[in-house]
Amino acid sequence: MPTLDIRDLEVHYAVKGGTLQALAPVNLTMHDGDFVVALGASGCGKSTLLNCIAGFLPPTSGEILLDGAPVTGPGADRGVVFQKHALMPWLNVRDNVALGLRLSGVSKERRSAIAEAKLALVGLEKYADRAVYELSGGMQQRVGIARALASDPAVLLMDEPMGALDAFTRETVQEILLRAWDAAQKMVFFITHSVEEALFLGTRLIVMSPSPGRISHVYDDVPFSRQFLAHGDARKVKSEPEFIRMREEVLAIIHQREAAHA
Amino acid sequence: MPDIAIGAPVTVPTTVSPATTKKTTKAGKVVRQKTSKFKVPGEGSSAGISVITVAVLIGVWFAVTNLGLVKPLFLPTPQAVFQQFYEYLTGQANDKPLWQHFLASMFRVFSAFLLACVTAIPIGIAMGMSRVMRGIFDPPLEFYRPLPPLAYLPLIIIWFGIDELPKVLLIFLSCFAPLALAARAGMRSASQEQINAAYSMGASYMQVVRHVILPSAMPNILIGMRIAIGFGWTTLVAAEMVAANLGLGQMVLNASNFLRTDIVIMGIIVIGVVAYLFDLLMRWVEGRVVPWKGRM
Repeated sequence: MPTLDIRDLEVHYAVKGGTLQALAPVNLTMHDGDFVVALGASGCGKSTLLNCIAGFLPPTSGEILLDGAPVTGPGADRGVVFQKHALMPWLNVRDNVALGLRLSGVSKERRSAIAEAKLALVGLEKYADRAVYELSGGMQQRVGIARALASDPAVLLMDEPMGALDAFTRETVQEILLRAWDAAQKMVFFITHSVEEALFLGTRLIVMSPSPGRISHVYDDVPFSRQFLAHGDARKVKSEPEFIRMREEVLAIIHQREAAHA
Repeated sequence: MPDIAIGAPVTVPTTVSPATTKKTTKAGKVVRQKTSKFKVPGEGSSAGISVITVAVLIGVWFAVTNLGLVKPLFLPTPQAVFQQFYEYLTGQANDKPLWQHFLASMFRVFSAFLLACVTAIPIGIAMGMSRVMRGIFDPPLEFYRPLPPLAYLPLIIIWFGIDELPKVLLIFLSCFAPLALAARAGMRSASQEQINAAYSMGASYMQVVRHVILPSAMPNILIGMRIAIGFGWTTLVAAEMVAANLGLGQMVLNASNFLRTDIVIMGIIVIGVVAYLFDLLMRWVEGRVVPWKGRM
């Protein structure tokens, strides 16, 4: 069973006249099927943490182990979904999803079949031959999710993937993401600003706070995504008293910190 | 997308204006709808107005020459110019027929342009990718780029003689700089996210270059090609000052020696129309090769 182990991860950025501690020692262990959501205000090191896991940014100290092997750079075992979709407009939807497979030398028939299966997972199987620039923002983001899943990674890293979507599209894509996660049973590390989104999607919630970036609160066994997958009614989940209570609790934590730093 | 910092006579059409929204219809066509009554500067079609401008210019020309307000030596009548065009076209003129001049010039401009494409694009790409290559090529390129071709024409003649080579070389030089600079600028078109995305799919550096950086540079390279061929036509007359006996530029130069303004104007119009038609062709190619330009 794949696990992701983050041990004493620290990141310092070089700035004018010294260094800036972007991430105080962070420890986090994720298991298969975990949907970990990192929540926090700007500058709390969420994206730094994700970039380290993705291998885009080398940590100053500490290590990240994926199935016991240290992460030294980006790789196909960690799929990334970006805030701005980052699709290649010169490729159609299918070829975008299949690009990673093409780079690793998978035959054309096989990668097309895999791409179409992943597109079906996000409900876009009918759009395989379309140009990506013709799709709406929500659809582009779903293509991004399908693309990240195409190389069958152990972890899915999502850097505020819903940030640029409007509220209605966001809810739809959240539901599609949960169903795709349920079907694929991957580890997910998901960054968001939205408390409601965090509670609805995550099985674990980590609240991060700034200067230096660190994990300040952890909520294990958040039940709401499982509840949604059991009965399929997102509104019902989000209007439950327990959901609202937790939402206010987490918001209070974040506001407290914001007020302390303001 | 970074702009190309070249003083170029090409306007880059923008396909997205801020006061519109994309609407995808059932048929899959993207329709842009206005969402504001206020206009973006310069908004709207100008084709009809352009047609009127051309008609008025020709009309004024026709009037002032036929009313005898201007002597034919300074400005011949449109009929006289057309008469020359017809005689050149049918081979009745006291010169080689137009198609021979045309083919000679086309050969020079296009062989120079193709040569520039196969050399300037790789060098521009190398300059964009490598600090060393940029260091090597930047000074000579930036030095010769603003020089008028006529200034170094004597050197070209002394070094390379007076047959086809110096003519092609002069046009080649004027195509080279804008194309290399455009390709270099294009190397910066890919977003950090696109590059990161490719690496996270397990791409190697060469694969990122091949599958992300080069395709995203295509719009810039195509604009560079448009600018380059424009400069090529601009340099044609200078190139054909070198002991040519054929070519549109030579035809104009020769006519000017005999004060044949009707032939001069006819030659200018032919060069202008050919260059314009080629620009239209390049724009069409752009629409086919990079339909996504400005839309993501």
